[in-house]
Amino acid sequence: MNVTLKTALIILGVPFAMLSLAAGLIWVERRLLALWQDRYGPNRVGPFGLLQVLADMIKIFFKEDWIPPFADRKVFVIAPAIVMSTILLSFAIIPFAPGIIISDMNIGILFFLAMSSLGAYSIVLAGWSSNNKYALLGALRGSAQMMTYEVFMGLSLMGVVMMTGSFKLTDIVLAQQHIWFVVPQFLGFVIFLIAGIAETHRLPFDIPEAESELVAGYHSEYSGMKFGMFFVAEYLGIILVSALITALFFGGWLGPGFLPGPVWFFLKTFVFIMFFILLRASLPRPRYDQLMGYGWKILLPLSLINLLVTGAIMMIYIN
Amino acid sequence: MKTSPLISEALSPEKIMEKIDILFYITSAVAVISTIMVITRYHAVHALLYLVVSFLSIALIFYFAGAPFIAALEVIIYAGAIMVLFIFVVMMLNLGPRTMEQERGWTTPAIWIGPSILSAVLLVAFMTVLMNNPAEDTGLNLVGVQEVGISLFTEYLLAVELTGLLLMAAIIGAYHLGSREKKIYHRYLEKTDQ
Repeated sequence: MNVTLKTALIILGVPFAMLSLAAGLIWVERRLLALWQDRYGPNRVGPFGLLQVLADMIKIFFKEDWIPPFADRKVFVIAPAIVMSTILLSFAIIPFAPGIIISDMNIGILFFLAMSSLGAYSIVLAGWSSNNKYALLGALRGSAQMMTYEVFMGLSLMGVVMMTGSFKLTDIVLAQQHIWFVVPQFLGFVIFLIAGIAETHRLPFDIPEAESELVAGYHSEYSGMKFGMFFVAEYLGIILVSALITALFFGGWLGPGFLPGPVWFFLKTFVFIMFFILLRASLPRPRYDQLMGYGWKILLPLSLINLLVTGAIMMIYIN
Repeated sequence: MKTSPLISEALSPEKIMEKIDILFYITSAVAVISTIMVITRYHAVHALLYLVVSFLSIALIFYFAGAPFIAALEVIIYAGAIMVLFIFVVMMLNLGPRTMEQERGWTTPAIWIGPSILSAVLLVAFMTVLMNNPAEDTGLNLVGVQEVGISLFTEYLLAVELTGLLLMAAIIGAYHLGSREKKIYHRYLEKTDQ
């Protein structure tokens, strides 16, 4: 196969597939939530309500694109674009199968961390430029939350990096041929999962947009497709974190030979996506100070201990 | 696997260096322009946003220069953490149009004279050094993560430890400033002066 064509196909195909998956997830989430809450959910438009997403998309595209007169126009417009582009860029480092990766750079994990820290701008700027007190409160909470959870999101991954000796994601997947990293790095996995939920600000950590206290938090003033971008970016974030958990802790595309690699990758990722949705259906939202205290007082020491113990064990066994 | 002529052409080192050179000039132009915008904006948040762009372009320059680790850290720490804190603080201050007027009053043309002369002196000194010792073309020298880590913990160990001490002092100071006496009573039960 022509190499240039293949590269171009991967570069165009991954964002396209991810965007359609994210749209499909909206339907999956609504149906699953309904199932767990003993009701039907969207089941009228098309088979099993599958076309509901399409109908919603048509609606959101034709809504009036309203920018409040008191908002800072330029910043208001740029904020949703930042979150979309940083999350789509993060997909560049996900190894879906051997060879199916946009850019296998040697700072893969660091690139993801960099993009997720840039994503914080989107919340801060959206909240600030809206010139609305609820939006500003949401932005304050969101930026503090994302900065806190970024710290040990990075630290929790360092155990995996130490065991592999590389930041490259394909190396990390290939290092799990004998044992998945979830076994030796269980603590790292749990911390990364929690930090991942907080980074995508999903329930139970959706404090920046807590609708019972802050209207809709940082995107209160947004409507039409600008709101839609925040919305789709949240689902993209779920896919991204699930795919990363799969690649870093659950052996990526590796699996018994009766299914091809990409299928394994997709199945494992989907399990985590479902888990995210189950969390939304079952857990209450903590208070803001509880969230911050939990992060700094429990998760940060735990991730440091994990790092220390991993380092010590590696020193003993390698020397 | 058969490679297309386009790919094999692109893979020759001279071609890659040429392309990196072009990218370097574009990125440097972005860095310079955004930094000028940082200085000339009257609106604090807009200026900070240009500063973020400037950091991102500097990170890219590091990447082109063969230091991917430093590039990633530049984005994570400078653009991603420190600048968010700056914007956070500016957001809390809630500077209105009045502050912009004040800024405009401060930046009169007369203000520019002193800094301009001093920067021009620096530029002349820099140019003289460059003219006398033209930089050698050492080619692309890739510095990986491991090299950075090893040199940090052998050659620059003292600097790393001193930085650690400094940060510790900052954390203890912040804790001291932020700590309050714990209230035992609920505020309704507190005795007031009335």
